[in-house]
Amino acid sequence: MRPLGRRLVRVVAAFGTLALAAAVLAPLVGSTRIDLLRVFDTSVPFADNVDAQIFFIARLPRTLAALLVGSTLAASGVVLQALLRNPLATPFTLGVSAGASLGAMLAMTFAPPMAIAGLTAVPLASFAGSIGAVSIVYALSTIRHRGLSTDVLLLAGVTLNSFFSALILFVQYLADATETLQNVRWLMGDLDVGGYEPIVASLPLAGAALFCFALLPRALNLLALGPESAAARGVDVHRAQRLAFFSASIATGAAVSLGGPVGFIGIVVPHLVRLMVGADHRLVLPASALFGGAFLVGCDLVARTAFAPMELPVGIVTAMIGGPFFLWLLVRHR
Amino acid sequence: MLASGIAPAGQEGVRRPERIISIVPAATEMLFAIGAGPRVVAVGSYDAYPPEAALLPRVGALIDPDVERMLSLTPDLVVVYGSQHDLIAQLERSRAALFRYRHGGLADVLTTLRALGEAAGEPKRADALARRIDADIDRVRRRVAGRSRPRVLLVFGREPGGLRHIHASGGMGFLHDMLEVAGGDNVLADVARESLPLTTEQVLARRPDVILEVRAVGPTDAELARERAAWDRLAAVPAVRSGRVVFLTGEDLVVPGPRVAGAVERLAAALHPDIRP
Repeated sequence: MRPLGRRLVRVVAAFGTLALAAAVLAPLVGSTRIDLLRVFDTSVPFADNVDAQIFFIARLPRTLAALLVGSTLAASGVVLQALLRNPLATPFTLGVSAGASLGAMLAMTFAPPMAIAGLTAVPLASFAGSIGAVSIVYALSTIRHRGLSTDVLLLAGVTLNSFFSALILFVQYLADATETLQNVRWLMGDLDVGGYEPIVASLPLAGAALFCFALLPRALNLLALGPESAAARGVDVHRAQRLAFFSASIATGAAVSLGGPVGFIGIVVPHLVRLMVGADHRLVLPASALFGGAFLVGCDLVARTAFAPMELPVGIVTAMIGGPFFLWLLVRHR
Repeated sequence: MLASGIAPAGQEGVRRPERIISIVPAATEMLFAIGAGPRVVAVGSYDAYPPEAALLPRVGALIDPDVERMLSLTPDLVVVYGSQHDLIAQLERSRAALFRYRHGGLADVLTTLRALGEAAGEPKRADALARRIDADIDRVRRRVAGRSRPRVLLVFGREPGGLRHIHASGGMGFLHDMLEVAGGDNVLADVARESLPLTTEQVLARRPDVILEVRAVGPTDAELARERAAWDRLAAVPAVRSGRVVFLTGEDLVVPGPRVAGAVERLAAALHPDIRP
């Protein structure tokens, strides 16, 4: 285990530095020029200090949101790819994000404006939607099996995904033009959270999920060989599968309700990281979480500056990078 | 069978359509305003004004036009969006004349009104109405002339209760034009778009004196306070500091029809509250 320990330290240090650099540098850049001395000038009241407000309200929260969303989606991708033993699995494969999106669409179209502790109806409904989807998929995949059937899980998840997508279209069709615009915009992903409350609200869930992920790498390594082999080597397969499924789903729900369904992170980042550090989940998982955060911070920087003053939805940026990469990966593997 | 080839002549001696369908709310309002309302036999899904238009059969709208119902009503003039190429191709095979509506700026409202007047056989009334609207708009323009012009952010929509997904007016389109006539300067005038998604960073950086939220259907009184308070987070924005976040609601503000002069007046009153009507 000594060599692994040393490699782990090296990998975490390298990817950690990258994530930290992204987090520190990104708020310094934006569609407007701000004076850093003025940002931290405490002699000017915050309410009067435009530079400080741009830094602390417009830029810093979205950088933190990008870190959180990017790292949870990338790590969930790793976990689900191992659980389903399918390299094409993403955090959105099992219908969690479609459930979250449906919740958000319903709130945008039908809910009155409200706010609970700085959270509007949309993220709350979105998280509720993801929990609904997780429950349905889990119930379906355990109903006729002892433990979790990953085949049923995959099929039920994919079907639910399509079904919810159809419901989303239905809700959009009922919405008026402005609401439809909002709905479509939400589905493209957006990290302009405009404050820290939504991040603080997602943090405990994402944190708990990341903690669960930390318990998983050895089991995931063995599950990748197949449930029977894993069981033969002393893994409590059902327990590990349940833990993997629920933690990845909760993490995805928290991420999507914060930033919308930002695509491609959950598939591109894990594969990129595997190319760099190999297939051992003890390295892939932490490296993906850190790299995912840094990657999304970078994509968001492009999103908010490339067409300024207009903002490009961050989901379009990740798709532009992720789509071609994904196809390359597909061809390369076959 | 409809004898659409030799329709009865209108008062000006031009052949005038007797069975009109309009699925464009602005055009429907225009038709009623120039006296062609009694000849309108069907409208679109979103046509709500004047009230008698809302009682007519509905035949779809921009994305879901119901060609079958349209044809079954044997129209001799159909007002469609110029971008509805499939619908136009289908209707061209019928006997109905087509009026292709194009969305544009404030000046285009009057051009469209006159052209629609020709097509509907009411050119004189359309021209008279266009002149009246033009004069009304001009009166507002004169009234605000010389006053200091607040820098305005014109918002069409955002997430209810929050500041995410803000959509604002760029420097194009009839709402931007109305704003300029009403004595305000659009803080996004340099952006050559009708609407654009805006970041909170840009709201802070553009420093509007007034934030004007324009909605077809507005928040209720109970919701209004909360919607206004959503902006409080951006305290460095002059509009927020001075409490000049204004909600204006009503179809008349978002439909570029014959009510534009009234809408311009409402905008002017919102930007210059001291003005006497």
